[in-house]
Amino acid sequence: MTAQPTDEVLLDMHRRMVRIRNFEQEAGKLAEDGKIPGALHLYVGQEAVAAGVMTHLSDQDWITSTHRGHGHLIAKGGEFGPMFAELFGRATGYCKGKGGSMHISNMDLGMLGANGIVGAGPPIAVGAAFSCKTQGEGHVAATFFGDGASNEGSFHEAANMASLYKLPMLFVCENNGYGEYTPQANHQAIVDVADRAPGYGMPGVVVDGMDAVAVYEAAGEALRRARAGEGPTLLECKTYRFFDHVGVRGMGLSYRTDEELAEWQKRDPITLFEARLAELEILDADSAQAVHDEVLAGVRAGIEFAEASPLPDPSVLLDDVYA
Amino acid sequence: MAEAQATETRELPYVAAINEAVRTVLTEQPNAFVAGEDVAGAGSVFGYYRGLLDEFGDGRVVDTPISEEGIVGLGVGAAATGLRPVIDIMFMDFMGECMDEIANQMAKMRYMFGGSAKLPITVLTMSGAGMNMAAQHSQSLEVWLCHLPGLKVVMPSTPYDAKGLIIGAARDDNPVFVALNKMSLRLKGPVPEASYEIPIGEAKVVREGTNFTIVTYSRMVHESLKAAEELAADGVDVEVIDLRSLQPLDTDTVIASVKKTQRAAVVHEAVRFAGMGGEIAAQIQEHAFDYLDAPVARVGAPFSPVPFSPALEQSYVPNAAKIVAEVRALLGG
Ligand SMILES: Cc1ncc(C[n+]2csc(CCOP(=O)(O)OP(=O)(O)O)c2C)c(N)n1
Ligand SMILES: [Mg+2]
Repeated sequence: MTAQPTDEVLLDMHRRMVRIRNFEQEAGKLAEDGKIPGALHLYVGQEAVAAGVMTHLSDQDWITSTHRGHGHLIAKGGEFGPMFAELFGRATGYCKGKGGSMHISNMDLGMLGANGIVGAGPPIAVGAAFSCKTQGEGHVAATFFGDGASNEGSFHEAANMASLYKLPMLFVCENNGYGEYTPQANHQAIVDVADRAPGYGMPGVVVDGMDAVAVYEAAGEALRRARAGEGPTLLECKTYRFFDHVGVRGMGLSYRTDEELAEWQKRDPITLFEARLAELEILDADSAQAVHDEVLAGVRAGIEFAEASPLPDPSVLLDDVYA
Repeated sequence: MAEAQATETRELPYVAAINEAVRTVLTEQPNAFVAGEDVAGAGSVFGYYRGLLDEFGDGRVVDTPISEEGIVGLGVGAAATGLRPVIDIMFMDFMGECMDEIANQMAKMRYMFGGSAKLPITVLTMSGAGMNMAAQHSQSLEVWLCHLPGLKVVMPSTPYDAKGLIIGAARDDNPVFVALNKMSLRLKGPVPEASYEIPIGEAKVVREGTNFTIVTYSRMVHESLKAAEELAADGVDVEVIDLRSLQPLDTDTVIASVKKTQRAAVVHEAVRFAGMGGEIAAQIQEHAFDYLDAPVARVGAPFSPVPFSPALEQSYVPNAAKIVAEVRALLGG
């Protein structure tokens, strides 16, 4: 097993989760008010997964993300200003306004993009892990994907190849129980996606995805294996999204119950984590609140930056078209 | 004509016409079923299968995993063995996930098997930009399909055509793609309550004119009609042809019009380069070269992925103003 997280790491994970939560809540409000165009898939509820994994990664390690990608980018070091600018479609966004929420990316931070195509990430991460192995500098690639995505052929092909080539790679399945509006029981005949790993010759590990420390420890062991040349691991994090599939309230379909949501909210990853930090006397309630306040001020500044930023000039439409 | 046996006709939005068409198909054809992602419980993310699960049950309205290759394969295999699948691919952009099943299996099986297999399969999918859905949820990829011998392709512009073409597609014993348009979902128009079918392969003259022809389809029909009104002020009397079906293509209707008007433009939302416009312009010069007073103009999207930012997307998608400008440029105005 990996070493337990130090106090410093715990505080770092806390901040990453709080950054995601505040960004997503404010983005959700802006989307509901019609101020952000297009579709936003928000990450609220799943923060412990991104924080627990990303705390192990540097800018030289790569990740691939999903349509629900803001949390991954924030945990990887994304800044609020250019992120909001991208969501607003401004020229100062990480993708100059050309990608938006579903394609937000930052190569300098090792973030190979959110993705509008479910299941597109794992094969790309295989390629990134192949680079890491070839370059031999000890870097890794992690791919985040949902329970729903684990039914795409692309996931299965990627799992086989990563394992075959013993790539320095981590498969992180964020099992939030639903693919859009379809519950897991109606889209696959298994309960643990991790059960698919042995079929590809890699370990499959299930962790409580609401517990950042559990994710951190399991990811640490998997990444130790990856860096040691022992090949990939499939880490399944059981989690839940607190908002709808798209936006906050979404289309108002009744595909899950208020009771189920309330049950999961009792295990809010940030509340759980703060209780633990308080118990360990690392962070008391006042100091936790101070982190939230400071982060929220940063989020507001990010929104102001985005709103004050220019729209892209139509003359840039064909920039970066090479064929 | 099978088209016009109207009983009661109401104003319905495009989305409701699709729903009514699929309900009609499931009612009329005991071997028909619908399968796709979130088609049953959710009634599709676009809402057009709402109510069908309750009415027909989960054996005939089937939620699938997110497995496009599997879904289209399910359709191909079921069609070849006696059922009449209506397969839903939520966004046309996701055809990348299942292109082998489409291009190498569905399109070719009947031919490769020497005619012994029959594939009565309908694929409903969604095309079009304009909703800030960015590069992977906004494309118009109809030429991917039209280039494949073995597939029929229709793109309805109105609620009336949506219902009639879906019913027509489902009655066809060969694969038919119905590419719908997401910006048109709330567009209203008259729709007969009765079951009716629009023959696949018949274009429709939606505005008669004497000295210019616009050949178009899907949402660009409405932009072309607006452009025609504006051009009337310049003395250009535009005939607008809604192709409705791209494969087979109703070349006769196009050629007859161009012979009359002697000038033409093709308008579509898809990227202009290697789009339908190139094919139609070629057909016109092959069949009506001597009648032409000007080259055939083409209006389509610029050659780039669909940008996210509303500021860029607006300048990307063709519209009435761009059509007018293009026609005026052609006429030297
Ligand atoms: C190839 C493809 N198929 C379908 C979709 C539509 N879609 C977007 S998100 C989604 C559900 C994904 O579920 P999951 O992988 O569990 O991720 P979650 O949304 O739960 O985070 C679907 C079906 C898509 N974007 N791409
Ligand atoms: Mg999910």
